[in-house]
Amino acid sequence: MSAPAYQVVGTRPIRHDGADKVTGRALYGADLELAGLLHGFVLRCPHAHARLRRIDTSKAEAFPGVKAVVTAADFPPSGDRMVDLGEGETPLSYIRGNVLASGKALYCGHAVAAVAAVNVHVAEEAAGLIEVDYEVLPHVTTALDAMREDAPLVHEELRTKEFGAPGSRPSNVAEHFRHEMGEVERGFAEAEVIVEREFHTSTVHQGYIEPHNATALWNNDGRVLIWCSTQGSFVVRDTTACILDLPVSQVKVTPLEIGGGFGGKIPVYLEPVAALLSKKSGRPVKIVMSRKDVFEGTGPTPGSFIRVKIGARRDGTITAAEAYLAYEAGAYPGAMVASGAMTVFAAYHLPNVRIDGFDVCVNKPSTAAYRAPGATNAAFATESVMDELAENLNVDPLDFRLKNAAREGARRADGVKYRRIGCVEVIEAMKNSEHYRSALNGPHRGRGVAIGYWFNVGLASSCTISVNEDGTVNLVEGSTDIGGTRTSVAMQAAEVLGIAAEDVHPVVADTDSVGYTAVTGGSRVTFATGWAAYEAAQDVVRQMRERAARLWDVDPDAVEAVRGQYRAGSHRATFRALAAQLNRTGGPVVGRATVNPKGAGGSFSGVICDVEVDPETGKTTILRFTSIQDAGKAIHPAYVEGQMQGGSVQGIGWALNEEYYMTAEGTMANASFLDYRIPTCYDLPMIETIIVEVPNPGHPFGVRGVGEANIVPPPAALANAIYRAAGVRMRRLPMNPAAVMEAIWAAAK
Amino acid sequence: MHGKYHVRTTINGEAVEFLCEPRQSLLECLRDILGLTGSKEGCNDGNCGACTVILDGRIVNSCLVLGAEADGADITTIEGVARGSRLHPVQRAFLEQAALQCGVCTPGLIVAAKALLEAEAQPSEERIRFWLANNLCRCTGYDKIVRAVQQAAHEMQEVNR
Repeated sequence: MSAPAYQVVGTRPIRHDGADKVTGRALYGADLELAGLLHGFVLRCPHAHARLRRIDTSKAEAFPGVKAVVTAADFPPSGDRMVDLGEGETPLSYIRGNVLASGKALYCGHAVAAVAAVNVHVAEEAAGLIEVDYEVLPHVTTALDAMREDAPLVHEELRTKEFGAPGSRPSNVAEHFRHEMGEVERGFAEAEVIVEREFHTSTVHQGYIEPHNATALWNNDGRVLIWCSTQGSFVVRDTTACILDLPVSQVKVTPLEIGGGFGGKIPVYLEPVAALLSKKSGRPVKIVMSRKDVFEGTGPTPGSFIRVKIGARRDGTITAAEAYLAYEAGAYPGAMVASGAMTVFAAYHLPNVRIDGFDVCVNKPSTAAYRAPGATNAAFATESVMDELAENLNVDPLDFRLKNAAREGARRADGVKYRRIGCVEVIEAMKNSEHYRSALNGPHRGRGVAIGYWFNVGLASSCTISVNEDGTVNLVEGSTDIGGTRTSVAMQAAEVLGIAAEDVHPVVADTDSVGYTAVTGGSRVTFATGWAAYEAAQDVVRQMRERAARLWDVDPDAVEAVRGQYRAGSHRATFRALAAQLNRTGGPVVGRATVNPKGAGGSFSGVICDVEVDPETGKTTILRFTSIQDAGKAIHPAYVEGQMQGGSVQGIGWALNEEYYMTAEGTMANASFLDYRIPTCYDLPMIETIIVEVPNPGHPFGVRGVGEANIVPPPAALANAIYRAAGVRMRRLPMNPAAVMEAIWAAAK
Repeated sequence: MHGKYHVRTTINGEAVEFLCEPRQSLLECLRDILGLTGSKEGCNDGNCGACTVILDGRIVNSCLVLGAEADGADITTIEGVARGSRLHPVQRAFLEQAALQCGVCTPGLIVAAKALLEAEAQPSEERIRFWLANNLCRCTGYDKIVRAVQQAAHEMQEVNR
């Protein structure tokens, strides 16, 4: 069957918000100005773990220019309960406690109090006058340390949920779960080669360039109005309402432009604080984080300890695999280890598997999602072991992967049975690429490969489309646009309507103006909100056929609509012509749809990279880098490439340089962009891309979603390349020059 | 506390006067006093480049310049890059090459790239990467940004020929 020919899908129109974003006109959260606006500053705990004995805000309150001061004592006195804000059941006390600490501060950077004043400098000065009596407590900052019997307890009341059942002993381990399939011991007994290795990955941050911000007005009618930078305006609405003990309808969230998120702008930090300050002061309050606040108080993604063991027969067939994943949740449970366990062996069809996952609280910021959360850590381990196994078996690393690749019908240890997936196609595209077939010559150079997986999600999206009499349409959706999704969503509507992408005017609306829409995350927007746009456009087409039928005095079923051309018998009209006559045929046409699709298609991704390692300094230079990914169907290929390139470079930063450098006191030593150095353009070559398209049968255009899988393979691919260049197996991230140099010296001993 | 400074500048070709506190950065003056919010604050310590402006012919991080220091200076911000309704070739190239995702680093990058192409008509890829290394972008991996600057350089060369 040949692929359907599309007119809009697969083309590269200019993005709809482009002009605003290249001229500086686009309105981001920090740009908002309101009459009477006050500016907030959040006081943060300087200790890794401390009891809050007493907070005295009186001097700050008396400081000239200060209009309000709040602490956790200002939250409504509702007790603790379990709440579900879209990511499963969580105690309200955890969500509220991370917004403003109560009783104990659990990490350096934990918010303790906040001030609203006439300007941010006054607010900051006044915050310095708040007297907090800290009792500094022993702290713990790594998963392995936190799992020790004698470790300081982050939460005294926490008990380990062991295989689903609550435990009795206090512990930092929030949960231990296991996925098991087949007979693991027998599988390893059948193996002729077994490789078992231990890996460590550092805490890293999403590193979006725009700091978190929120403006709130507790209006005189009791409604709370919020403007902010978020991946999910409805999550902000629901979370803020929950914390402030309000019905959701009393909170209205207007999402302004968002300057990057990568998962880190799903949690709510500032909005309830700004709302409380507004309630106290009677004026709108804006809070914008500093970069230090962002590093110390938001994100990051879990550091981890991982052990992976894989056994194979001499013919290259894997017989068994085992993984032990201990992820640092940070201050509150929820370390993304579940998705680490879902993805650790997701690329392979394995008969015998055991995966143990541990969600471990430590005195670091509460972790947030980061682009395929949990998967990159896991793939670093698995793909490094796979590389070593291929070497031991003396087979090409891609052939070894291909032989064991997951295919349609394969079942993962966590129970998921694959529908149509593109794992094999991605590996074949890697093998057939000019890059992989080219020779790499020269001393201290090496090539590495790795593959990765992210499952993607569906979730709820809403969309309305209204037809303008000039033949264009206005599209209202609720997915905040981080990477050009206004356009990828609008293009799907345009394809159905048979009009140009430019004739769709997409708007990301506030929570009063659009139906519930889940977060921009899980690579879901082009998939699910795109599907909502597809359905809303179908609704428009249905109504337009009725209008044509009325004009022509025929039965609506007799009207055919093909790519914007409507016809019945000898009657012909374009979409534009029908639109011009709406007022004569019954008035406005509005199409609408809500979806909650279950058919999200997972995406596989691969990396081929060539490096040169300086034997004198240990510095790794990337000579050539190719990212390969299954998009299902690339709606806007330029922005698909952009996702692949961006994810690749985040993976490169994670691999080679980025880490939370923790002091002995448990504080972050490098909380600036100078010291937490993300890749600059001078560090990189061009990032080549190969888009693979194995259509997702669960989407009208075959979309899989491309935001995440691309970050998964780079650290392992780089480790494998460094091995071939320098002869050392790096099993700890980051693989910075010092670490590589020490490994080279250790190997020479 | 010291009173406010009276600062006289030229911004995007027009004479602009404002009053600022001694502690206010040029970035803060542009954004909060003058309403020129196209320059963004990503770090406020000179490491991300989102606030890049051209000051007397040099690109600077406006977060590292005090407002008071700008007295007498000629400043170009992102708001002054387009000529009326006509986009600058760098702006057009950013759109055509899809060289932005979230867009928050884009103003600083466009200002820096414009300054580069005014200084050097045909920069090499290496030179573009070196020049733009002050401007962090977390979304794109820089590939399409470098290509956009190459495209703009080529187009500006064609026009000048």
